[in-house]
Amino acid sequence: MKMKVLPAEKRPNRRAMIGIVCVLIFLILITLYIVGASMNELLFEPDFSQKLLPPTMKHPFGTDFLGRDMFARTIKGLSLSMFIGATASGAAAVIALIVGIVAALGKTWLDHFLNWVIDLTMGIPHTVLLILIAIATGRGITGLIIGISLTHWTGIARIIRGEVLQIRSRRYITASRKLGKSRLWVAVRHILPHMIPQFFIGLVLQFPHAIMHESGLTFLGYGMPPETPAIGIILSESMRYLSAGMWWLAFFPGAALAIVVLLIDKLGESLKLALDPASAQE
Amino acid sequence: MRTAAGAIGRPLKNVGIYLLRGVSLLLASTIIAFFLSSIAPQDDPIHAYIQANPGVSAENVARMEEYWGLNQPPVARYVTWLKNILSGDMGYSTSNRRPVAEVIGVRFRASIALMMAAWIFSGILGFGVGCIMGRFAGRLIDRVLKRVCLVMCSIPTFWIGIVFLVFFSVTLGWFPFGLSMPIGANPDEVSIWQRLHHLVLPALTVSFLSFANLALVTREKLADVMESGYILFAKARGEKWILRRHALRNILIPAVTMQFGSFSELFGGSVIAENIFSYPGLGSALTASGKTDLPLFLGITLFSVLFVFCGNMIANILYSFIDPRVKRGD
Repeated sequence: MKMKVLPAEKRPNRRAMIGIVCVLIFLILITLYIVGASMNELLFEPDFSQKLLPPTMKHPFGTDFLGRDMFARTIKGLSLSMFIGATASGAAAVIALIVGIVAALGKTWLDHFLNWVIDLTMGIPHTVLLILIAIATGRGITGLIIGISLTHWTGIARIIRGEVLQIRSRRYITASRKLGKSRLWVAVRHILPHMIPQFFIGLVLQFPHAIMHESGLTFLGYGMPPETPAIGIILSESMRYLSAGMWWLAFFPGAALAIVVLLIDKLGESLKLALDPASAQE
Repeated sequence: MRTAAGAIGRPLKNVGIYLLRGVSLLLASTIIAFFLSSIAPQDDPIHAYIQANPGVSAENVARMEEYWGLNQPPVARYVTWLKNILSGDMGYSTSNRRPVAEVIGVRFRASIALMMAAWIFSGILGFGVGCIMGRFAGRLIDRVLKRVCLVMCSIPTFWIGIVFLVFFSVTLGWFPFGLSMPIGANPDEVSIWQRLHHLVLPALTVSFLSFANLALVTREKLADVMESGYILFAKARGEKWILRRHALRNILIPAVTMQFGSFSELFGGSVIAENIFSYPGLGSALTASGKTDLPLFLGITLFSVLFVFCGNMIANILYSFIDPRVKRGD
């Protein structure tokens, strides 16, 4: 509050700064993803002569009980998590967008019904619903993506729905209806374009949650199969070696995950600042 | 939902409508839970038996299917199951060899201790830290704490649990390595202090996330209130104890509501913490039963839905009783 106010021309352009931050974070994440996704599997092949080594220059995160390099496994796992997180939060955002369009149609009973479905989804603890869906789909990546998108659309839908309810009462909407346009036409032509920024913001804001739920579920044994180099698998494997003092097996991979989550979160917040008309001009 | 509640007005009528809505939600969740778990490929008891004992005749398979009711259509099975649940028979847990209701009862007692400890801890500390941040909004201490809270929000629960375990229990040796009581101890002879000692790390783990969330929300609310006209007026009159007299009550409502509304995350957090610390509560039973013991799994699922529902209901009732605007029906 007590900031010195510079004259307008000397103030750094806030929007430009945010834009630079967004691009930087995006580049870091994309590089990490490409390195992980294109990584040669030989880099974390078992090597029994190198079992359970503490971190060194050659193995920055140490090695596990099969002599696999934990650094390479972590990078691979992060790229897997990012892929699942992106797909799932994308699917969640699409569901939310459909919900938004339905809300924009302006039928009261539909609106009540949607609210009921949102309450229903939020009424079952996410972890429980995720395990249920994982059981139903027989575990694995497909189950994870379905489960995470079905549990994470509500947050985005609430934001989009709030936006839609505001727009729906505007005059130009009424005018358009009075000019004889159908509800669907108004929803798609006049309301949908306003939801696009919210769609992307919601998508990126749910992304970190999606990643955390993915690795959490994998950690509990209901996510990816045990041979995958996923962060959840790495951490649950490390549990057996913790009492022997091998903290690095869990510490570094988890910290790397937390950093990725933080970066994506920062990206989402910056996008929100840059795209949301209400805060963009601050 | 809040605005709808406000329009209806009187809290009691509110509660009635909320209950009706709740019953429909509960019923829908039983349908979801039942059908999702019944399409599971690996959990058919007959197939599990045939795989373990090859060479069973088709006639015997049919007889077994009839015994287990598997020859009936899914809807009929669901109706039977729901009737049993409503009459208090939740089925038989195959992995514990005891009725599901009994297992849930025992496990819930351990879990509720864990969840309540985490809930109270995160509530008091989160509110306190949020008040400090909001009171000094924009100053150094606010910016530092806010950064810390934002980072805490991004840290996966299962990782922080492991870090606590490694640091406090392996390296420092302050706390025991998992379980809810010393290994091999007679449950009747374990003192309350021993139990609390085993509870500290899991509870810290569960409260980690919700603490930061609550602190951030409280900060925003308090910062808003401190900017308001009536605080300025109170300051102008030279009043003392402005925070306590004018601000605290206003921000207590959203904080309390939020704490009661967070039962879903509380349960999810306890599932993870109980698995890390081998704590014998509902969460560890849930993950263990999901693979082999469907009756117990379904029972715990329903129980968790009920638990979350109760939290939300308390939040709503509190809201409509405490907030004079909702009570009046503005």
